[in-house]
Amino acid sequence: MKISLDLKSWNTHGLIFVGVLMLALLLAGPEVFDLFVLLKVILFISTAMLALSMAFIWGFGGILCFGQSAFFGLGAYAYAIGVINIGESTVPILLSVLIPAGFAILLGYFMFYGRLSDIYLAVVTLAVTLIFYAFIRSTSGEEYVIGNARLMGFNGISSIPVFNWPGFPNSPLWPDDIFYVAMTLLILVYFSLRILLRSHFGRVIVAIRENETRAEYLGYDVRFYKMIAFSIGAGVAGLAGCLFVSFNNFINPDVFALGLAAQIIMWVLIGGVGTLVGPMLGSLALQMLYNWLGTQSFVSFLNTYLVFGAIIIFFVLAVPQGLQPTARLLALRFLPFTRSPEEAEEAARARQGSGDD
Amino acid sequence: MDTVALLIIEVLNGISSLALTCAGLAIIFGMMRVINFAHGEFMMLGGYTTVVATNAGVNIWISMLILSPLVVGIIGILSERLLIRFFYGRLVDTLIATWGLSLLLIGIVTAIFGNYITGVSAPLGNFALGQYQLSVYRLVLIGLAVLLFVGIYLVFTRTRLGLIARGTMQNPDQAAALGISPPRVYMITFGIGAALTGLAGGLLAPISQIIPTVGFTYVAQAFITVITGGTGAVTGTIIASGIFGTVRQLVTYETTPIIGGVVLLIVAVVVLRLLPQGITGKIFRRSL
Repeated sequence: MKISLDLKSWNTHGLIFVGVLMLALLLAGPEVFDLFVLLKVILFISTAMLALSMAFIWGFGGILCFGQSAFFGLGAYAYAIGVINIGESTVPILLSVLIPAGFAILLGYFMFYGRLSDIYLAVVTLAVTLIFYAFIRSTSGEEYVIGNARLMGFNGISSIPVFNWPGFPNSPLWPDDIFYVAMTLLILVYFSLRILLRSHFGRVIVAIRENETRAEYLGYDVRFYKMIAFSIGAGVAGLAGCLFVSFNNFINPDVFALGLAAQIIMWVLIGGVGTLVGPMLGSLALQMLYNWLGTQSFVSFLNTYLVFGAIIIFFVLAVPQGLQPTARLLALRFLPFTRSPEEAEEAARARQGSGDD
Repeated sequence: MDTVALLIIEVLNGISSLALTCAGLAIIFGMMRVINFAHGEFMMLGGYTTVVATNAGVNIWISMLILSPLVVGIIGILSERLLIRFFYGRLVDTLIATWGLSLLLIGIVTAIFGNYITGVSAPLGNFALGQYQLSVYRLVLIGLAVLLFVGIYLVFTRTRLGLIARGTMQNPDQAAALGISPPRVYMITFGIGAALTGLAGGLLAPISQIIPTVGFTYVAQAFITVITGGTGAVTGTIIASGIFGTVRQLVTYETTPIIGGVVLLIVAVVVLRLLPQGITGKIFRRSL
């Protein structure tokens, strides 16, 4: 696997910058934040990872999946059911990645080998999410049991064990440790995706996004590449779901509801399609907005649907590129870098194809 | 014997309500190729119009057959002018923009009416079929669905308006060269599609519960059906509704409505795997 890495390129600088920032957060986190904030940060890390999964398959794979929350929820339920049955968290964490990834292969086979186009794909994935939602909601009866775990329908599964040290079921992780684990996983996933995108596989994926027919003429099996990319995205989303459960100790079918599915699209749309850091920041910004709205009494007539709908319409009309590419363009234009703005813009335009941060 | 008759009526009911759900979408998405993810919300608005008007004392038939299509048609034209027309030809952006619209409409309705279940009772009462009690309104609904599709077919094949609409969808530049304004045709066609959707929402209101988020239950099934129908939007939608309505209703009869919905989706995914162009892509090619 040949990976191109040009130390002089801005992309590499950006990558190093992001890496340093994330490492700093990892090391300083528990020192800087008190427990309450730390728990919130773990939640943000989980949503950031979910945003990352969507940013990857939409921004780079060109697959607009409306049901990324299905994989998130599937991962969450896989972890919950696994850990209740096994009593130890190592295998359930793996399950929370493998089950969504496997399901994505199955779904992807029908969608990509059936050559469904964008719209059909969006509809099918959305329908799958809604079916999970309806199905899990209807499982409140006694008969819906997997091993020792009752699914509990719309009440959700509660008191789910948190992560423990591998092999030691009786020594659960403290919030500090969970933060370290979550942040490390986020850093690993981010850089793995970056490396993947610089590998041959990643280049092919982006090539398919740019021109599917041409990629096919060059001899690549577009259906296979898309299916694998889709499955990788699903695995990452499943891991995010697993983190979400370990933070919450609780899971209910609302993860399959449209609210979350809508939010994931918004994170990427706001952050910028074709970037990875933007959507993570987008998820952070929206989560904070959401929390802030909850504490404001003067906006009681506003509900989340109204606000989210308005945000989506605003961005798709006014800032269709998203914030990160717009910010980068402005920075290149106005900040006094070594290159002249014209050169910088030229470079930015050339870079947009590869979409590196 | 009664059970068989009951089952046949149930299946016809399933088909007709699915076909009604899809009628507006068959025009907006099937013919115009505009992805309207707010389709379910247009139905929801039609339902609310009927409920609110009926509870305010308007005759239920007037609210269903006139007010619902009128209100939703106007909302549809407004949406087209203010939002959707900027995205013609950009499928993915249309998808996201109309989804934003869908959330916004839910938000507005929730803000006005609250997140409660409402509804109206079906008119016309019941009749006895052996040991079963059946609602007369459900039979009327089957007839109305048939009438509606015959109407759509005749309008689009026999009238000048339909000819202009079909021509513009096929080749806007050619239509413009012949002195027709494509933006106006798009606006009117979208309005008609929205009005039909509102009509469907109104007609289905007495047999369903209405909450602001009810549209979600319609949108996936409607898109799946129209997509499976393929390029001949009207014929394809009727055939696909026939297949899916039968499957869903029979499975629902045996198990639960949720499993019915799941099986519908699975059948649709398999059909699309076999016939990626939809049903009318392979057979009935020259249909509308």
